[in-house]
Amino acid sequence: MCLGIPMKIVERDGNDAVAEAGGIRKNVRLDLLDDVRIGDYVLIHTGYAIETIDEGEALETLELIKKVYRAGMTHEVDDNGE
Amino acid sequence: MSQNNVLDSFHDPAIAGPLAAALRTYAVPRPVRFMHVCGTHEHAIARAGIRGALPAGLRLVAGPGCPVCVCPAADIDLAIEAARREDVIVATFGDMFRVPSSERSLEEMKAAGCDIRIVYSPMDAVRIAHEHPEREVVFMAVGFETTAGPIAAALSGNPPPNFSIMPSLRLIPPALTFLLERDSGSLDGFLLPGHVSTVLGRDGYLFLERRYNVPGVIAGFEPIDIIRAILELLSQATAGPPYRVVNQYRRIVSEGGNEKARRVIDRVFEVCDATWRGIGVIPSSGLALRESCRHLDARIKLGLEGNPGAIDVPPGCICHEVILGDAEPEKCPLFGTRCMPRNPQGPCMVSSEGTCRARYQYRTIKLPEGK
Repeated sequence: MCLGIPMKIVERDGNDAVAEAGGIRKNVRLDLLDDVRIGDYVLIHTGYAIETIDEGEALETLELIKKVYRAGMTHEVDDNGE
Repeated sequence: MSQNNVLDSFHDPAIAGPLAAALRTYAVPRPVRFMHVCGTHEHAIARAGIRGALPAGLRLVAGPGCPVCVCPAADIDLAIEAARREDVIVATFGDMFRVPSSERSLEEMKAAGCDIRIVYSPMDAVRIAHEHPEREVVFMAVGFETTAGPIAAALSGNPPPNFSIMPSLRLIPPALTFLLERDSGSLDGFLLPGHVSTVLGRDGYLFLERRYNVPGVIAGFEPIDIIRAILELLSQATAGPPYRVVNQYRRIVSEGGNEKARRVIDRVFEVCDATWRGIGVIPSSGLALRESCRHLDARIKLGLEGNPGAIDVPPGCICHEVILGDAEPEKCPLFGTRCMPRNPQGPCMVSSEGTCRARYQYRTIKLPEGK
């Protein structure tokens, strides 16, 4: 049940939307989010979008991991204390 | 870079390799015990064979992170009582379907002729109610904070008069408090549940810093996410107090969480004491329908009697120890012998998020020896 699925919003009409991933389209609801736009990626849980996926954060995280662990360190520290 | 490529990178072996090596070779400063409270984390850990790659001195235990496993037998009996009525359709999430209450599961009741339907979303249950105005549709509302949002949204959207729910929702932070209060000193850190955290945000766990001085890391579900989180907990254990809650799932979890979801939940539900299967009552750990929404409570609407004598843990089963992290599934005499996915004795083996189920399913997997 925790299995949130990342999907892309391809159509919306009020709180009804169509989301797509891996060639599958699903009707989903947007009641739990504000400002969702077509093209946004969201996490879908039991048919509802529960959060938007921040691609910028995802990329930053990957860069951080590569920088730290490839250098053989074991501890990540960045400005936000993460 | 397309979104799919970005997210795919989170299971890139080239990135995971150095992380796994860092974990394997970590010099743990003293014996530590970390706990996660998410069935999907247990699944991910078991599937990636992460326990086989832990350094000496580190134990990673599963806590009560499976909402299906902690749903009391009495709640299932209420759903069965409703299902027995000719004019009722019970709708349930798939992983509740096979969980035994004292004697029976919803699956067995369906085989005996009750109208019980598996749904993926609370929306589907509402749709069934629209399609069958002559029947009462009761949705078995089981889950943690993540699921409370969609359920509250469905209830807020003017469901038809023949729709009601059997509320069985629980909250994670009070469970963390309960775990820390019962056994102070034996828990050195938490892996915090990724999707529950979308609702709560990092803010929802600050009590770990302020009241208990215990570290927590909000983690995603890829092996990369989990290993990073463990390394962060180990780093904090090495550095010593004060300990912090760290959000390592920033691509999805924000500092403040999803305020809108919390508002939607708050409109329909209020906090109450709740019983957790195998544990007992944890104060302020559940959600009940507000007075203004009591007409949506199937127990009241249908005048259900309930089964207060329902047995949560059958003889021989140690699910109550497993969900508190006091025992590993392998310690249970029934595990893998009388209790298996096709013939589960207790909830931990039935649910796809149960600790025993994850452990059994991936029991032959080990991480490859590596650099």
